[in-house]
Amino acid sequence: MLRILNLEAGYGAMRVLKGISLHVSPGEAVAIIGANGAGKSTLLKTVAGILRPRAGSIVFDRREIGGRPAEEIVEAGCVLVPEGRRVFATMTVRENLLLGAYGRRWRWPWTRLFPRNQRADMFDRRRCAEHVERQLALVFTLFPILRDRQNQLAGTFSGGQQQMLAIARALMSGPRLLMMDEPSLGVAPLVVRDIYRTIADLKQHGLTILLVEQNARWALKLADRGYVLETGQIVLEGTSRELYGNRDVQRAYLGKEYRRIDD
Amino acid sequence: MSQPVIYNPRMETLERDDLVQLQTERLQSTLNRAYRNVKFYRSAFDARRVNPEQVRDLRALRDLPFTTREDLRRSYPYDMFAVPLRDIVRMHSTLGTTGRPIVVGYTRNDLRNWTECTARLLTAAGLTEHDVVQIALDYGLFAGGFGFQHGAEQIGASVIPTSLTPGLDKQIMVMRDFKTTVLVTTPSYALSVAAAIEEARLSPAQMQLRLALIGGEQWSDGLRRQIEERLRVACSDVYGLTEVMGPGVAGECHLRCGLHINEDQFIAEIIDPRTLEPLEPGASGELVLTTITKEGFPLIRYRTGDITSLDPAPCPCGRTFARMARVTGRSDDLILFRGVGFFPSQIEEIIFDVEQTSPHYQIILNRESGADTLEIKVEVSERIPSLDELKTLEALRQQIARRIKAALDIDARITFAEPRSLRQTTGGRGRVIDLRPS
Repeated sequence: MLRILNLEAGYGAMRVLKGISLHVSPGEAVAIIGANGAGKSTLLKTVAGILRPRAGSIVFDRREIGGRPAEEIVEAGCVLVPEGRRVFATMTVRENLLLGAYGRRWRWPWTRLFPRNQRADMFDRRRCAEHVERQLALVFTLFPILRDRQNQLAGTFSGGQQQMLAIARALMSGPRLLMMDEPSLGVAPLVVRDIYRTIADLKQHGLTILLVEQNARWALKLADRGYVLETGQIVLEGTSRELYGNRDVQRAYLGKEYRRIDD
Repeated sequence: MSQPVIYNPRMETLERDDLVQLQTERLQSTLNRAYRNVKFYRSAFDARRVNPEQVRDLRALRDLPFTTREDLRRSYPYDMFAVPLRDIVRMHSTLGTTGRPIVVGYTRNDLRNWTECTARLLTAAGLTEHDVVQIALDYGLFAGGFGFQHGAEQIGASVIPTSLTPGLDKQIMVMRDFKTTVLVTTPSYALSVAAAIEEARLSPAQMQLRLALIGGEQWSDGLRRQIEERLRVACSDVYGLTEVMGPGVAGECHLRCGLHINEDQFIAEIIDPRTLEPLEPGASGELVLTTITKEGFPLIRYRTGDITSLDPAPCPCGRTFARMARVTGRSDDLILFRGVGFFPSQIEEIIFDVEQTSPHYQIILNRESGADTLEIKVEVSERIPSLDELKTLEALRQQIARRIKAALDIDARITFAEPRSLRQTTGGRGRVIDLRPS
């Protein structure tokens, strides 16, 4: 579904990603683990179109999306839940969710017959409305709390609730690949479990997931496969079981020391 | 007959472009790890001014330096390990088979992958959980016995680790009484077993044996037919080498049209052993292997010395992994004898040590009643007063034989030739006379 080859990206003179290659197959959950500053967030931002790649290719569903505008990538079905949630604090839950569906439009089948500048508002309002209703119903069953509090301001939510809102907002566009940047960050440990339970549910329903985490324990529990990112390069690839069993991963990301502690 | 089974269909039938993506990813992460953790690779790459970052596709592999057997010997014991020793859970070694040994370390994940690899090729050969497997391979420092043991257990077969120690009588007793269905061994030992069965006047029909997995030495199709007829089994060729992993690199499927290389774990190249240039698919040359999953002992462009060719076309069995032809020879003068590899130079060193002059000698390999024999004909130095001094010669002979046994763990028959009688034939490959029928 997603295939990345030799991706390079950075900020200004700083090279953050130094030739990353990875792939995500349909229905798979893939975790990228690594320390602070390894380039995990940069990777997701580049795939999402927030950063421009400097070299390499990003192919989503057999289509090159590297360097395309972010909205086009969302429309293609590849959506990012950003680090630190970034919900719109002064808007209600419902408004946040509707914004998540904003990019989604269905054009009339004959749109192509018209000149490009006349196409803008020719999309099918009925089908859009149907889609929004369907996605709202879906996220409300996944997160009942959002239904109960849909008129509450998002800024009044706790960290965990905001994280759920951010995931729900991303689901509103009906993505096929959900990218998540540190969903456990700034969330109470007990709530982390709930969030991961939800992500596991989404995976069960066939959603493909690319997850970036410092909290390797949770990420590897959820994911089928993973990559270890170190200073902008991938140093290890394997099934979650293999990564979990790798002593370097244990030392660096699972907080296990030389003596093996089974848990 | 039931439908042939593929042990790991997801991997073994991967589409070529998905496989290339996976190989590229794993190659890049292996190079990053090797460069960071192994001094040898870092200095070899730096010397050629290559950097793991420059390897953007599989073709770029050709810009990387080779790793040779000699490099591995120089690293003795642990210099090529890419992880600290405390992460290593197993070690195998070529110690006892060659003069300067190579030590190979496996992490827990390496052992798991090794098990997967041998399980795949045992399954491809036709082994199932209903089989009784007799493994007649060395279980010591040599990786062979253990590799097949893990894989066969993983499949769920009943495994009898007879190894090579109990002798042929016990071997065939076990085979008959334990109702062995699958034999795993070397070609020469398979012949010895066949000879022992014939000698004991047992009919192969009294045995349950149906399949033999044979590897560890180069063996011809003629020899395969002979083993198949004498043991009444189907024979499958398996390929592996201790430095790279042990058995598990490649093996034949039931169609026996080449050995499927586990390409999700290894990248295979064929090079011209003289120019060292990569050759196109189908061309015959030296096999070069790069490991792309190994944690403990990664190898980059390791020159195996084995002559073969590659066929990347998918196989009618459903597997998409490229197939290597059966090994037809060596690019160096390594001699394979009863599963043990040695070089003429090692024999030479020993004789020199004993005789104290540059020796002239011949190595004669033959096969007598199914078992390989090794004769070393040494020209008597003129320094030794005369051939009549039988006592001196006898002492000399015992000394050479003992030294060879100690260094290489092989039994050689030592004979002597008149001074100057071997000079014409010395030099180069004329020193080795291989009379073993193939």
